[in-house]
Amino acid sequence: MVAKRIIPCLDVKEGRTVKGVNFVDLRDVGDAVELGQYYARSGADELVYLDISATREGRNTFTRLVERIADGINIPFTVGGGISSLEDASRLLDAGADKISINSAAIANPSLIDAIAARYGSQFVVVAIDARQGDDGVWRATTHGGSRDSDKELFSWAQEAESRGAGEILFTSMNHDGTRSGYPCQTFARLSECLSIPIIASGGAGSVADIAEVLTAGKADAALAASIFHFGEITVGELKTELKKLNIDVRI
Amino acid sequence: MIAIVDYKMGNLRSVENVLKRLGAEFTVTEQADVIRAADRVLLPGVGNAKEAMENLNRAGLVQVIRSLRRPVLGICVGMQVMCRHSEEGDADCIGLFDARVKRFQPAEGLKVPHMGWNKIGNLESKLFKGIDGGEWVYFVHSYYPELCPDTIATTTHGAMFSAALKYENFYGTQFHPEKSGDVGERIIANFLKL
Repeated sequence: MVAKRIIPCLDVKEGRTVKGVNFVDLRDVGDAVELGQYYARSGADELVYLDISATREGRNTFTRLVERIADGINIPFTVGGGISSLEDASRLLDAGADKISINSAAIANPSLIDAIAARYGSQFVVVAIDARQGDDGVWRATTHGGSRDSDKELFSWAQEAESRGAGEILFTSMNHDGTRSGYPCQTFARLSECLSIPIIASGGAGSVADIAEVLTAGKADAALAASIFHFGEITVGELKTELKKLNIDVRI
Repeated sequence: MIAIVDYKMGNLRSVENVLKRLGAEFTVTEQADVIRAADRVLLPGVGNAKEAMENLNRAGLVQVIRSLRRPVLGICVGMQVMCRHSEEGDADCIGLFDARVKRFQPAEGLKVPHMGWNKIGNLESKLFKGIDGGEWVYFVHSYYPELCPDTIATTTHGAMFSAALKYENFYGTQFHPEKSGDVGERIIANFLKL
């Protein structure tokens, strides 16, 4: 059986990692390459680096950083943030990224998924969906870090992304992100059942139990987290040991 | 000198990086004479097997690869093209390994692509010297080589398949040793010492 994956997420601004709670209130938590190497040593299965730089200079810094990450890390890593064209994807592939994550740009231009998957393969394309459940109970994808609603309904959008060539779906509940109150596991399970590609669960982990639940009841294939690792509350290794005790198949 | 074959199938950087970390000298090339003269040949590759075969044919490298007598290691699609045939694009392949490459059929609880860390077992080659069965390695693929007499490692995702193959001096791994942490680096180091 393929192991359930634990994926630390590192937000990067000007070459440094930061973590936002609900995408604001940033705090600097260290050097991106060193932190990645630390996570790899402590048992992370993959890493995700999200570029939250807003400027062209920041983007260029990030590309050079991706080259350093590729040189220094021997596990797979995904990069995301501001990728809006095939050229952006090519630049990051050439820099050494194993996968790219696209979000707002895929909603604005769904054929971007087809273009990148056709050029570099589905394994290279993660479609990230930040969705919010409205008062009507419907989950709708948001864009621009959750600040704008789109007309895409979560499940149909995820299925469309799969059919266009996405290799994985990274789903974040904007109702739960940063709250540390756990994941919406029924929603995750339904999402997992309506897709044949892997699901990465993001946003909301406050405890080992939350992560265990989304990997079992939530049927997620991987869990992505930031704060619980960045602030040293639990190491990746400790988390995986706890998950193993709960009979969840993890790589140790 | 190690030759990394550049046939325009994805990014070669991670393979270059693992060789750098191991202190090995290498060159990235598509030139037949450089590949023929190399002590070791690495054939990486991600993407589509049919396109990979087309690229190898266009570059005139199919016969070159077949004629090599020093150790050759194909990785992922680089291994698949050394099999007989791939269902991906109904591609006739180089035919060194006696395996066909088939597509995983999604089923309840079985995600495709097979993506992430899985265990290898039934290890039968010096390629795995110092590595125990049950070690984890990193896979990303939707097509797999069936079990065959050339199988030297197995993994299960739904069905059991060939995680690695060997025929004479030709080796192949479906997983990515260059992305498989310390275990993967050991496999590459073993390959360099064959």
